[in-house]
Amino acid sequence: MSTLSRKGQLSRDEVAHLAHLARLAVTDEELDLFADQLAAVLDAVAQVGKAAVEDVPPTTHAVPMTNVVRPDVARPSLPRDVVLAGAPAAEDGRFRVPRILQEEA
Amino acid sequence: MSDVPSMNVDELQAALADGATSVDVTRAYLDRIAAADGELGAYLHVDPEAALARAAEMDSAGTRGTGLTGIPIALKDVVVTEGVPTTSGSKILEGWKPPYDATVAARLKAAGTVLLGKTNMDEFAMGSSTENSAYGVTRNPWDPQRIPGGSSGGSSAAVAGGLAPWAIGTDTGGSIRQPAALTGLVGHKPTYGSVSRYGLIAFSSSLDQAGPMARTVLDAALLHEAIGGYDPLDSTSIDAPLPVLAEAARRGAEGSLAGLRVGVVRELGGEGHADGYEDGVLTSFGAAVARLEAMGAEVREISCPAFDLALAAYYLIAPSEASSNLARFDGVRYGLRVGDDGARDLDEVMALTREQGFGPEVKRRIILGTYALSSGYYEAYYGQAQKVRTLISRDFSAAWDGRNGDGVDVLVSPTTPTVAFPLGARVDDPIAMYAADLCTLPASLAGVPAISVPCGLSEGLPVGFQIMAPALADDRCYRVAAALEAALTDERGDRGFLDQLAARAATTEGAA
Repeated sequence: MSTLSRKGQLSRDEVAHLAHLARLAVTDEELDLFADQLAAVLDAVAQVGKAAVEDVPPTTHAVPMTNVVRPDVARPSLPRDVVLAGAPAAEDGRFRVPRILQEEA
Repeated sequence: MSDVPSMNVDELQAALADGATSVDVTRAYLDRIAAADGELGAYLHVDPEAALARAAEMDSAGTRGTGLTGIPIALKDVVVTEGVPTTSGSKILEGWKPPYDATVAARLKAAGTVLLGKTNMDEFAMGSSTENSAYGVTRNPWDPQRIPGGSSGGSSAAVAGGLAPWAIGTDTGGSIRQPAALTGLVGHKPTYGSVSRYGLIAFSSSLDQAGPMARTVLDAALLHEAIGGYDPLDSTSIDAPLPVLAEAARRGAEGSLAGLRVGVVRELGGEGHADGYEDGVLTSFGAAVARLEAMGAEVREISCPAFDLALAAYYLIAPSEASSNLARFDGVRYGLRVGDDGARDLDEVMALTREQGFGPEVKRRIILGTYALSSGYYEAYYGQAQKVRTLISRDFSAAWDGRNGDGVDVLVSPTTPTVAFPLGARVDDPIAMYAADLCTLPASLAGVPAISVPCGLSEGLPVGFQIMAPALADDRCYRVAAALEAALTDERGDRGFLDQLAARAATTEGAA
């Protein structure tokens, strides 16, 4: 990714870019604070690079996993009104979402 | 029943079997909450009327006086509870009432327990002090100027303070064991996959486990038996019978550890690895090891070199998984929505919602996780961390198997490098905060069970002793912890470790 510089460093601009990717509208103060703190954290976690890991397989999960399937039987879902009761906005029995198209699209 | 809040659960069971009512027992805890929670801040939600109604229902149930019927309990607010507010310590879920029960909550309900309330926690379980809660700090009953540990700090403070007889916590990198250690409780992180994650608000899915926090080893085992076992609703659930845990605790309390092989982990506070560990913690830990030896255990030092990298690997793996898990908080299906004025589009509303709904530590971890997973950095960070995770599991395997038959049955270490630190001491320094999890991370990454049991006081504050065992051998943790607990209780001549807190409170009040 061209916007990210060499590892072990994290500039204010990079933090802003990552925050955008993660849909976080961070403030200028947060950018200053996080850039400093994350640089320190990144230094610490970069220690993993010290390990000799040639031919070591990654562990994604502590328990050996195989595909898990359940019987192909329909089960009742939660009632629609119960689910929508927790939504920030609902309309006509559906989730109401913010605008998804641009004016000039 | 004024002495109820200082009773262990097996004593409450005896009282209920003897004719005491759940309403009286529940009221005793509610009174204690009303009196003490203003200062402690252990609970986020308590509904006294609902609790008393449930207790009355249990008093008239056919199962009255048996099992866990009528025993009150507190749940960490990460556990989804039908119709009961659940926030995971975050503003983004303020006011949300889930439409279903987590398996852990459903099993406790089916067992007849009475829900006292939901306990405070670091937001989305990210933290080691409960100071990252969006709803205020929780104080340690041993010293209100100090943290109760985290992220299950509301649960630890509630149980230690007598505001609940026991509680459920969750542990991703130490969030049951560390707060248990800092408040003088027993806390157990089960084998990964042995307690259902269905309905736990996910932080790091390959690490999260729910487990018991209790006054005694036996109580913890009873609670673990009530929540554990296969659940088809969790695809990582292990389809194997739970070992018998309460019986293991009772047998352990008989005191003999003859033939038990114990490994003391050098990398967790041993020679050359004691930086950051308090002398008082190491002294108390060393005395407990000597006590195990006196009970017949064979003790030797074990080196687990990859444990030195556990912290680095954990703080890549957990934030990476969190950055993905927390994508579900998009302001559409539940919780907060900010800035939806008709002019802003979905992306902007989402970004404003998450900006206002998440606290600083959650944002830091989402950003870090996004970075570690990004193209060009994935291999160096996330991929490398997963390989280190393999090395940590291999260190455990080597310890259990040994060479030429010199393997060990359990590994032990201090639970945390220090006793409870003062409120505010580490909030501005993430790295210092993360160091509180140094000893608990290896078992989390390898998915093996680990228990913390109190082993003494340092500067008047509790010290925890950690016992780790192979996957699915949770019963070993309980057996060894019960043996140590019984020996220390005998020596003090009291009813349990928390009697020291009661004695101390009495002295303070007397002096005031």
